Amino acid sequence: METVTKKSFINRDIMKSSILGAFKKLNPLYMIKNPVMFVVEVGFVFVVLLTIFPNMMGDVTEESARLYNAIVAFILFITILFANFAESIAEGRGKAQVQSLKKTKTVTEACVLLADGTQVKKQADELKKGDIVLVQAGEVIPNDGEVIDGIATVDESAITGESAPVVKERGGDFSSVTGGTTVTSDWLEIEITSLPGESFLDKMIALIEGASRKKTPNEIALNTLLVSLTIIFLLVVVTLYPMTTYLQVHIPIATLVALIVCLIPTTIGGLLSAIGIAGMDRVTQFNVIAMSGKAVESCGDVDTLILDKTGTITYGNRFASEFLPIQGVGKKELIRAAWLSSLTDDTPEGKSILALASQLDVDSTDEKKIIDTSEHIAFSAYTRMSGLDMKDGTKIRKGAYDSIKNKSVNAGYEVPKDLESLVHQVSSLGGTPLVVMKNEKILGVIYLKDIVKPGLKERFEKLRSMGIKTIMCTGDNPLTAATIAKESGVDSFIAESKPEDKIKVIKDEQSQGKIVAMTGDGTNDAPALAQANVGLAMNSGTNAAKEAANMVDLDSNPTKIIEVVEIGKQLLMTRGALTTFSIANDVAKYFAIIPAMLMVAVPEMSALNIMQLNSPTSAIISALIFNAVIIPLLIPIAMRGVKYEPMSASKLLRRNLLVYGLGGIIAPFIGIKLIDLMSGPILNLMGL
Amino acid sequence: MWQIALVLVIYLPLVIVAGHYLYQVTMQQKTWLDPVMNRVDNIIYKFCGIKQVDMTGKQYVIALILSNAIMIFIGYLILRIQSTLFLNPNDIDNMEATLSFNTIISFMTNTNLQHYSGESGLSYLAQMLVITFMMFTSAATGYVACMAFCRRLVAKSDTIGNFFVDFVRVITRLLIPLSFIVALILVAQGSPQTLKGNETVHTIEGKMQDIALGPIASLESIKHIGTNGGGFNGANSSTPFENPTVISNIVEMLSMMLLPGACVVTFGLMVAKRRQKTLFGKQGLVIFAAMSILLLIGLVTCYIAESAGNPIINNLGISQDIGSMEGKEMRFGIPQSVLFTVVTTAFTTGSINNMHDSLTPLGGMVPMFNMMLNVVFGGKGVGLMNMMMYVMLTIFIACLMIGRTPQFLGKKIEEKEMKLIALCILIHPALILLFSALAVATTAGIAGITNPGAHGLSQVLYEYASSSANNGSGFEGLADNSPFWNMTTGFAMFFGRYLSIIIQLAIASLLAKKLWHSDSVGTLKTDNPMFTFLLIAIVLMIGALTFLPALALGPITEHLQIRS
Amino acid sequence: MKAFFSDSKQALKVTLLMFVLCGLLYPFAVTGMAQVLFNHEANGSLIEMDGKMIGSDKLGQAFTSPEFFWGRVSAINYNVYTKEDLVPNAKGETNYNGVSSGTFNYAPSNPELKKRMEADIETFLKANPGVQREQIPADLVTASGSGLDPHISVESAKIQIKRIAQASGLSEDEVNDIVKANTDSRTFNVFGEDKVNVLSANLDIYKKMKGK
Repeated sequence: METVTKKSFINRDIMKSSILGAFKKLNPLYMIKNPVMFVVEVGFVFVVLLTIFPNMMGDVTEESARLYNAIVAFILFITILFANFAESIAEGRGKAQVQSLKKTKTVTEACVLLADGTQVKKQADELKKGDIVLVQAGEVIPNDGEVIDGIATVDESAITGESAPVVKERGGDFSSVTGGTTVTSDWLEIEITSLPGESFLDKMIALIEGASRKKTPNEIALNTLLVSLTIIFLLVVVTLYPMTTYLQVHIPIATLVALIVCLIPTTIGGLLSAIGIAGMDRVTQFNVIAMSGKAVESCGDVDTLILDKTGTITYGNRFASEFLPIQGVGKKELIRAAWLSSLTDDTPEGKSILALASQLDVDSTDEKKIIDTSEHIAFSAYTRMSGLDMKDGTKIRKGAYDSIKNKSVNAGYEVPKDLESLVHQVSSLGGTPLVVMKNEKILGVIYLKDIVKPGLKERFEKLRSMGIKTIMCTGDNPLTAATIAKESGVDSFIAESKPEDKIKVIKDEQSQGKIVAMTGDGTNDAPALAQANVGLAMNSGTNAAKEAANMVDLDSNPTKIIEVVEIGKQLLMTRGALTTFSIANDVAKYFAIIPAMLMVAVPEMSALNIMQLNSPTSAIISALIFNAVIIPLLIPIAMRGVKYEPMSASKLLRRNLLVYGLGGIIAPFIGIKLIDLMSGPILNLMGL
Repeated sequence: MWQIALVLVIYLPLVIVAGHYLYQVTMQQKTWLDPVMNRVDNIIYKFCGIKQVDMTGKQYVIALILSNAIMIFIGYLILRIQSTLFLNPNDIDNMEATLSFNTIISFMTNTNLQHYSGESGLSYLAQMLVITFMMFTSAATGYVACMAFCRRLVAKSDTIGNFFVDFVRVITRLLIPLSFIVALILVAQGSPQTLKGNETVHTIEGKMQDIALGPIASLESIKHIGTNGGGFNGANSSTPFENPTVISNIVEMLSMMLLPGACVVTFGLMVAKRRQKTLFGKQGLVIFAAMSILLLIGLVTCYIAESAGNPIINNLGISQDIGSMEGKEMRFGIPQSVLFTVVTTAFTTGSINNMHDSLTPLGGMVPMFNMMLNVVFGGKGVGLMNMMMYVMLTIFIACLMIGRTPQFLGKKIEEKEMKLIALCILIHPALILLFSALAVATTAGIAGITNPGAHGLSQVLYEYASSSANNGSGFEGLADNSPFWNMTTGFAMFFGRYLSIIIQLAIASLLAKKLWHSDSVGTLKTDNPMFTFLLIAIVLMIGALTFLPALALGPITEHLQIRS
Repeated sequence: MKAFFSDSKQALKVTLLMFVLCGLLYPFAVTGMAQVLFNHEANGSLIEMDGKMIGSDKLGQAFTSPEFFWGRVSAINYNVYTKEDLVPNAKGETNYNGVSSGTFNYAPSNPELKKRMEADIETFLKANPGVQREQIPADLVTASGSGLDPHISVESAKIQIKRIAQASGLSEDEVNDIVKANTDSRTFNVFGEDKVNVLSANLDIYKKMKGK
């Protein structure tokens, strides 16, 4: 993350291609997509014609008219180039990323396993959904899919930038693989889950390349505003012409064109698409793929964040730290049962139980045999327990307190008296109690320790100041949930939640007019991800979850949703700030141009020349130069986004108004004066 | 200066009371007039076949346009044949076609631009049946449009209220009772109210004087209450019969300020209703404050300019201790004249108690500017709607600056709304500037200009600003009774009124149908002083900058020229 | 379409009803009430002298005789005319074109304004020897908005006292008293301006002169 923000937003390659792009974009057919700059281009052509034929619009007596027109035309040309340059840079940065992505898409052939076990070579782009391919070490995975057999390390650095290889195996959290990543050891059998050309990588490339970049709703709305401002100022200047003619005030056409260009919001008009591209780009650099710009915009509006406790708030890998037998049960017996229950369990919890049991010298006889002959009972959100049924009929289960308790009671056992106090003891420590039972008889409790990620409390505090409420969802019992909630500082929590509870919470919040964001990874989460306004799926998660979400985090770090929200806000803020700046600039430009324009005919106007500019010509040229130069000066802000720190809306507004509103009024006064000091003498020498 | 402040202080409690009453009338709540008025209304509903069913925004607009169209048609007929009808003691002739077109559009759009002179151009019947009638109905139209707009902003459905019911209720419960009382106050102050013809008296110097009489007071009261502004006499409220004393002057000013201000209070109450009973909803207060500040800026500027007098008169050696008196009445003096000028253009009434053409350049720029902004309270209802366009624009920009997509009262402002808002804000300057440009570029237009130099341009700008803002006051020197001026101002008034109303109601309908989103500390506060400040800034940035070049050529040039 | 028809019918009926309600009933009701409650004012506050109507309390009149107070400049001569003013000249124009109201509408920058004021100042200075240019208050040489302004400022009355006293044969004190008697001070001491009603002051002079 640090490296991302500190990385310079421009390098030599991007610079070169951007300059080229700036010229390519001069094509009027392309320019018309940006009406504000198109007006500038039309003005430019017009002034060029006036330079060649100074008498085109009535006789001009001044000898210097041609030179003056040429200078104006030149500055207009530069203005357009600057705006195009900004857009090119934004695109260029994306392109650099695409280049490296495309390099990974070099796989041409894949080895398809047919149903009868034979192997056939097929072109990668002929692979269909459901095909099963074999990928050996050193080969590139041809398309997105699920591991159905084998275990291997996979280098995902092409997508995530993370160089350490990841272990992929069947089942669990690490079963889905992405096309374009490389198997570095062993082999994998993969069932292809997406069509050629529609793989995750393809989508990503298309998104970054901007080929599928549609203007977002807010961008369109803002563009509408800018266009209407442009029309207003066009009207202002066009109608000014007959008025001045009536009053016999002569104003050169080039000056009127200059006035139009200065007044229309060229600053934001020139940077608007760059801001949008750069915003998406920032999200991408965070290793999050947004399926649409709208999703990023919605992030700025989020009122409620629904977070899974596990993985997001806590590290998720809960570690067994103690075995607590109930009275009358030997510790050894409990440890053996716990060990048995986890033998076929490949979750981190299960593994940690095995590890702890080994440490405590568990009786590990017949390990291999038991594994081979027993039936694994997987954890499900409904039974909320897992374990195994051994060949001899012994059923070992571990799971949530009340599910195990109910099962035991149903089987006719009494609930051990001290069980509740043990469970309570574990919960109150913020841990997760897993109750172990053998053939419906409860033996004791495994204490799973849950560790809250550091720094979360401060972040949630910040979110609160931004008006964002956090809700933690957990399958834990209320007591555990409350403890973790308190420790992490979330606003509220839902304990013992089932997948449908999440949807209910989202719907409840939405009916109160809230915008809801959530993270999820499991297939169970898919409906909730779809229901939420912003759904961030983990790349490691199931494809169902990724399909349902509108963003995917390649690093599978659920906490990132907070950063994404901030980027969304930053994107909107950057637009707002530069729009304000652009409009505020008009005040100074008016004070520079209007007196200058009228001074020749109405000498009394010099009273309004408060900037004491050298000459009318110099005033107009200076304003025009300022108008052009401000675009490249603001490119860094457009690329990086305005500075954002979480704070209340009122404070934020005050700060941004001060910087971009007041700054927007003052800056051009200073800028124009400075340019005038420099350009005034030069223009004098040129006889203007 | 004290008397100005005092009038404004009296205004505050009045506007709050009126706002609450308006709220009750609009939201169909109990009012103290119910026992009588319910019966009257029911008779009217029955006679007119009004089914009291709720309408969608579209149906509402159609009903509004239809009824206005019928009124325009019948009113036009009456003007064209007034000489043959009854109640014409002074034998007034029929009105010419383009002048009739201009007059009827002018009154139906609540503009009341007068290219005729009342004493010699209209029969008593036309004064009552066309002018007085339209003063009621156009005011009611503007008001119901605004209330339909506001209700949709705070509602979660687009089907609210019935145009005809609202229209009738506003007239019977608000306009008629209020006008009746004010009319009697004006008569007590010396406004005539008679159906007798003009009087000729013999002066003590042995000459004769004609005295124009008529049912003046009844027209005068609704003229101000409905922010209409069309006078009975040519010189409008500067004539002693329309505005006999300082008291009548204050009553007239308060009358025209009352309902436009009350609309804002009512809106505030509608927004606040969700929470609790309040004297003045916070949201309304914010908008009210912004409007008030814009009003005060204009007021102070105009007062300073007029008190300073005309430097050219100073050069003649005349003492202007009492300020620039050309075109003003002695009984009002500078303070009462300035206040009236600013109020009548801010609240877009358009009546005048002094001649705006003779105001000092900067003094005259203030009323022009008020009309160019068209949001400093503005005419009854429509002023608030116009201001809401700027409110939404401000929200759009401010929301972006805090990193949220724009949202007002829980409704998102998106592309479609933005297009309409932009169009709506565009119409007004487009009408003013394009028509002004046309006028100064054509001989027919230039023929109307009566003052030389920069002031000539000011006359033109003022006329179209007044038309488009549906104000109706004029730089009266303009010789505007010609086909060119009658037609162009007619169109400016027509589009300025109906295009805006249609678009604004469309925006309200769109918002009404939208999902509602809640507010939090992360959303933009639109009901604090910060927002007031921002709103003013946006109004000045967008509204004022648009007209600055034209103003620089007109009043500002004239100002600089007479000073040097 | 059916809805459109029904709307039109309602709209037409509402229009007709409002013609009656707002256009006829309302003004008639106000007229009736006003005639009963404020009969004098409702009929124009006319002043009767010796059985003849000689003017209105509320309206100014043009005075040109040196023994009377002169009012403000009026573009329409206060609708005051003589028989000769009704006789058309060679072009068919008359000096008096019927009752109206209004003013010159000169812009502050209009050279005509300066010209008109120069002429009025000259006339005034000639008729009032001893009065300095700087003493003339602005209201006396500027036009009123309505052309019917019944008032002048107290200062404007005072600088005419000497001339009136000379022309009418009244003493300056007597004229001064008349000015005082006809001065309306600000309403509630706050609103408006101190001013003198020209017609009522002149009536007092007229009566005093007759009495002598």
